[in-house]
Amino acid sequence: MGLVNDVLDDGLGGIQHNALTGRIEDLVKWARSRSSWGATFGLACCAIEMMGSGGSHYDLSRFGMEVFRASPRQADIMIVAGRVSQKMAPVLRQVYDQMMEPKWVISMGVCASSGGMFNNYAIVQGVDQIVPVDVYAPGCPPTPETLIHAIETLHQLIEDGEIMKRRAQTGAGANVHITEIAAAVEPTPVLLGNR
Amino acid sequence: MAVIDETQAGLLHQTGEGAQELRPRSELSAKELLREVGAVLRMSEAEAAKYAAGTGNNEYHDDQTMIINMGPQHPSTHGVLRLMLELQGETVLRCKPIIGYLHTGMEKTGETLTYMQGGTNVTRMDYVSPLNNELVFSLAVEKLLGIDGDIPERAVWMRMLLSELNRMSSHLLFMATNGMDLGAVSMMLYGWREREEVLRFFQKVTGLRMNHNFIRPGGLAADLPAGWRDDVLAILDMLPPRLAEYDVLMTGQPIWRDRLQGVGVITAQEAMALGSTGPILRSTGLAWDLRRDMPYLRYDEVEFDVIVGTYGDCFDRFAIRLNEIRESMKIVRQILDRMPSGDYRIQNKKVTPPPRARIDESMEALIHHFKIFTEGFKVPEGEVYVAIESPRGEIGCYIASDGSSKPYRMHVRAPSFVNIQTLPHMMRNCLVADAVAIISSVDPVLGEVDR
Amino acid sequence: MSNTPAPEAAADTSPSTEPAPTLHGHPLTDSFGQPVVHVARSSYIALIKQLANDGYVMAVDLCGVDYLTHPGRTLPEGIAPERFEVVVNLLDIEHRRRLRVRVQIPANDATCPTLFDLHPGTEAMEREAYDMFGISFANHPDPTRILMPEDWDGHPLRKDYEVGVIPVQFSADYVQNAPRAEETSAWQ
Repeated sequence: MGLVNDVLDDGLGGIQHNALTGRIEDLVKWARSRSSWGATFGLACCAIEMMGSGGSHYDLSRFGMEVFRASPRQADIMIVAGRVSQKMAPVLRQVYDQMMEPKWVISMGVCASSGGMFNNYAIVQGVDQIVPVDVYAPGCPPTPETLIHAIETLHQLIEDGEIMKRRAQTGAGANVHITEIAAAVEPTPVLLGNR
Repeated sequence: MAVIDETQAGLLHQTGEGAQELRPRSELSAKELLREVGAVLRMSEAEAAKYAAGTGNNEYHDDQTMIINMGPQHPSTHGVLRLMLELQGETVLRCKPIIGYLHTGMEKTGETLTYMQGGTNVTRMDYVSPLNNELVFSLAVEKLLGIDGDIPERAVWMRMLLSELNRMSSHLLFMATNGMDLGAVSMMLYGWREREEVLRFFQKVTGLRMNHNFIRPGGLAADLPAGWRDDVLAILDMLPPRLAEYDVLMTGQPIWRDRLQGVGVITAQEAMALGSTGPILRSTGLAWDLRRDMPYLRYDEVEFDVIVGTYGDCFDRFAIRLNEIRESMKIVRQILDRMPSGDYRIQNKKVTPPPRARIDESMEALIHHFKIFTEGFKVPEGEVYVAIESPRGEIGCYIASDGSSKPYRMHVRAPSFVNIQTLPHMMRNCLVADAVAIISSVDPVLGEVDR
Repeated sequence: MSNTPAPEAAADTSPSTEPAPTLHGHPLTDSFGQPVVHVARSSYIALIKQLANDGYVMAVDLCGVDYLTHPGRTLPEGIAPERFEVVVNLLDIEHRRRLRVRVQIPANDATCPTLFDLHPGTEAMEREAYDMFGISFANHPDPTRILMPEDWDGHPLRKDYEVGVIPVQFSADYVQNAPRAEETSAWQ
């Protein structure tokens, strides 16, 4: 029963001797990272920047993420964009529970990561008190470049397969903290549909 | 459509039932002021759940109504707004907006921050037009300090420039979200494309794309950078053909008109009774715009039109906001011509911090810098209420000061908080799909609703 | 910033003493150029009705204030300071002027008549005042909490309610030891 236990423990990647199924596992991870869909959880100012990242200048579509599914059943990544209040916390948990595995969480902005500048009675001091977080993106609000950096970090973790293995052991998130990228001082404008 | 003058006590009709006169407005009750008092669903969540669970008999009556919940996480609500809708089939009978899902305790936090730090707090309320929040807060503080007449001309005109550009970017966001809510998904991309240009200008001037904390009591945080005129002219040249594109895509298009015309109608009487201001009030025909009627800054020296609708429906509100972008561009052009030179903040040592270079040279400058940034400047005792015209309506800041360096009570009168009360009255007897269009036309920003 | 002239004040003709200005019999003060009427709770609704007849058709704002830690604020003669205040801002669209009305509410009897019948737009504002301060509004159609969860305990904007700051210890070690994206290989 060694082969069955190997598969139960490590999925198809556990089969070391079979090159064909090993590559299918890589294919699955590659596909997951390239076409993850976000769940709409835009709460406050960060939601505006998240929508800006989906816009034509910063274009999340090139990473496969322009589709934000409203239904948690169809979503992979929950980007918690904004401050989570006491009234919203149970809703957040319910939406997270309704998402199907594999699922990941990006905590966008300082309010979601730690409560931000609102250290008071009304705001949950960090969304990691409610859901396990994989990537924390700092900023108030994070520039679209920072959000893309966070998303790409997560995609890299998904593609490497590291993140699935660790979640099975601890049930916790990946806890990656990325550095903020300041917006470019002289960005070139995008000339779309110019007349 | 003129304002209905309720105090025409001399109006007498002789009828078979005897003399009749109009009762003064103060004698009217809410029932008579509002056309559909029955539009608001006054049920607590527990009661609604029990109603939805039914009697348990598994009987279904044809005329039974259904209470469904929309939100707080929903793609079509602007932020975390929750609606309990009572439906009969597809028709909305009554509705109750439930808010509080973004309550941040900003008014309580405002009492712990100094007046110079207050801008960082207030700016995150209406996060779509943050500069307007900072402006109203700064105006209220300056009134308390008594320096509101001494702000340098350049600072005033710079504030006007930023406020109008912010109005443009806020209305562009409205265009984008309104289009997407109604199904014109490409409108989302177009609106954000234009908004990016304005945000890039803000980043060049203030250092941030959003939540700038740039307009502060006493003036602004920094001067306009070199080359700002070219940037503003580039925006003003780029926008008109794109707004003409929106006219082609939306304004004249039959699907758009069918979805918006006649939907979400509200009368001037209702709008005033509910306290709503901004595009909602203007769409009913009442031309009330604080920039023209109770001018602040130098709005009495620039020429612009106040856009007014006729029917009070969603299409009017959309058209008002689209044309307000054009009016704001007109104002920005006049500001470009008339921007004076001078200081960007008042030279009052107690209020504005000294330039960084002077701190090394002068002990007094060092002490002032220290006091302003640690303890904060003290504001005389008293209370004021100052209101300006934000893209959503009248935003007001009520500050009660006790003479210390932190506000004793800071309250922001958020336009969306009051405008949301018009939702049940607009939604009565509309379809569920219209509910989305109506919320979108009210253009609420939940950050300022919940604060 | 543009200040409208104060409404007509009823004045005595006696030249020796300077009478305090009043509006409909209630003290009228000037706060940085803005007219403010102070009214007792018993005549509050009557005054708002008279003001509605005068033209103040819109109640743009209603908020509460807790003066627990600042009892010595300046009030006109005849008005006894209480713990709470309800502040109403009225707008006259035709004459383009504003007026503020302040009502004192005692702590042991924190109730106030509702403005809902005159100005239905104050419904949400009064709910917020109840939620944040605990001031109940008599005959309000929906006296429930609006911003906090319905089962919340306490009234957050009162001065004896803590801000709720959670002390945060910042240390350099935490920043250095947090895992970084570049160190993914260290997880194996």
